[in-house]
Amino acid sequence: MTMDASVNPPALRSADTARVDLLLIAEMIAPESRVLDIGCGDGTLLRILSEKHGVDGRGIELSQAGVNQCVARGLSVIQGDADTDLAYYPDMAFDYAILSRTIQATRNPRHVLEQLLRIGKRVVVSFPNFGHWRVRAQLMFGGHMPQTDTLPETWYNTPNIHLCTIKDFLALCEDMGAKVERVVALNANGTKLVSMPLSAQNLFGEQAVFLLSR
Amino acid sequence: MNETPGADSFAELKRRQQVTDPHSEVVHFPASEGLPLDSGAVLAPFSVAYQTYGTLNADKSNLVLVCHALTGDQHVANPHPVTGKPGWWETMVGPGKPIDTDRYFVLCPNVIGGCMGSTGPSSLNPVTGRPYGPDFPVITLRDMVRAQARLLDHLGVEQALSVIGGSMGGMQVLEWAATYKDRVFSAIPIACAARHSSQNIAFHEVGRQAVMADPDWCGGHYLEEGKNPRKGLAVARMAAHITYLSDRALHTKFGRNLQDREQVTFGFDADFQVESYLRHQGMSFVDRFDANSYLYITRAMDYFDLAADHGGVLANAFAGTKTRFCLISFTSDWLFPTEESREIVHALNAVAANVSFVEIESNKGHDAFLLHEPELFDTVRGFLSAAARRRGLDGANAGS
Repeated sequence: MTMDASVNPPALRSADTARVDLLLIAEMIAPESRVLDIGCGDGTLLRILSEKHGVDGRGIELSQAGVNQCVARGLSVIQGDADTDLAYYPDMAFDYAILSRTIQATRNPRHVLEQLLRIGKRVVVSFPNFGHWRVRAQLMFGGHMPQTDTLPETWYNTPNIHLCTIKDFLALCEDMGAKVERVVALNANGTKLVSMPLSAQNLFGEQAVFLLSR
Repeated sequence: MNETPGADSFAELKRRQQVTDPHSEVVHFPASEGLPLDSGAVLAPFSVAYQTYGTLNADKSNLVLVCHALTGDQHVANPHPVTGKPGWWETMVGPGKPIDTDRYFVLCPNVIGGCMGSTGPSSLNPVTGRPYGPDFPVITLRDMVRAQARLLDHLGVEQALSVIGGSMGGMQVLEWAATYKDRVFSAIPIACAARHSSQNIAFHEVGRQAVMADPDWCGGHYLEEGKNPRKGLAVARMAAHITYLSDRALHTKFGRNLQDREQVTFGFDADFQVESYLRHQGMSFVDRFDANSYLYITRAMDYFDLAADHGGVLANAFAGTKTRFCLISFTSDWLFPTEESREIVHALNAVAANVSFVEIESNKGHDAFLLHEPELFDTVRGFLSAAARRRGLDGANAGS
């Protein structure tokens, strides 16, 4: 299946495209909880969460067009920037703070992650894995910046400025003292990679979903 | 009255009739149920005139309270009884419209201090038996909202499904959400701010000075003198009207085009179309509005500062709120710029309130909230439908 990138303008994304990482994230969220989805795009995840899990969901989205579309569809969304606007939220305001395929596009991922761990009792982060074999192969054998289904843009127009691998992200979590409750890597088909050592997940996982807490 | 009513003042007579006998519902609260005001005075007795559209459901849970702007009134979606023009929000309110009167019971009261049937400076002062005039107590937006709450009590409605309004109406929405947290299920403040800026106060002062400089104002006693400071009020309206538009909108509409002539006259006639437009706006406003009401209501807006009322911290105004908020601003509104809405959003975030915020691209300035803006309609329709669904209203799935 084709993966679209999280930071694409929401208008380009079909409302009904079920992104497999979103379904996985939804699985991790307890029903009836309070959720803040940062970089919520066209609100697909918020809709899944509120319709199927009875979640009290809110969203932040950078693109004004995306926000207006979400609100017109009855979702609670504001225009905002993860890098600057999370500071306004109080501590532990949400059961979950979600950042799906957005962290690699933030200016200061560490700061954003700190804010997430402050305002959410639990934090879910998904991102494209730069350690995937195809990425490595394109750089190693092709000698050019990788382009994959999860990283479709060319190097000069990508919003992704802080790409990392699964191992890198684990190291950051450790450095920040964040507790990793779950890690799920997904291969290019969207299948969960289970009972694999970390280095294999880092090689075969095209994207990863982390459940964190303090 | 010692002035013979000519053609000019026929509309004025019609308007004056609205003060005591409005073309709408009106509830009279007796002296024993007076309204305590922020100033310490008590308004007793007092009346609130209002319009309704649609039907209140059995459990009284489908009421949408519409708060009008400074120069608006209760005639939201019916022809105006004085001017005969369509209601001021007929695009928004009605069957199948974003505020769908097939589903919601829409209530719009005239604010106290107004001149369309709610007690205001042209109402009779029970102590003197003459119009209040300048003896009318100074009122605040919270006083207006307090009167509206009494109206809801009268109708037996505990909680409004939504409170919505633009400009001063939006400020009232904020006041409602802050003062009556449990009575507001959802709130839609449009093109407004949590406090009136110094620039806005400055514009209001220009308007008030224009009214008071008119010799026909008579120290505020013009009704007893049989006069009306029409010129002063028209100037006030002209100045205000400029702030409601944008430079771009004025330029697109008029440019430097001349009015009914090929050349400038080297005089002070309305050479330019924009001049004659403003003169028309000013004069037609005078037909339907009262000069003292203009003074009192602009004052009420000037005093509005929600943060100051809550220890200087805006977020405190909303602490513990369960209301679902949807703020809306317009890109070319320089009277209430987007930044002011964003401050409210940040304050709401600080108390983890449920808030949506939409900024709408428009070159129509502040007045955009009254005009045909499809994104505004989509937002209101979607947000209101979701609120209704949350509240378990029947048929709420329609239109979402």
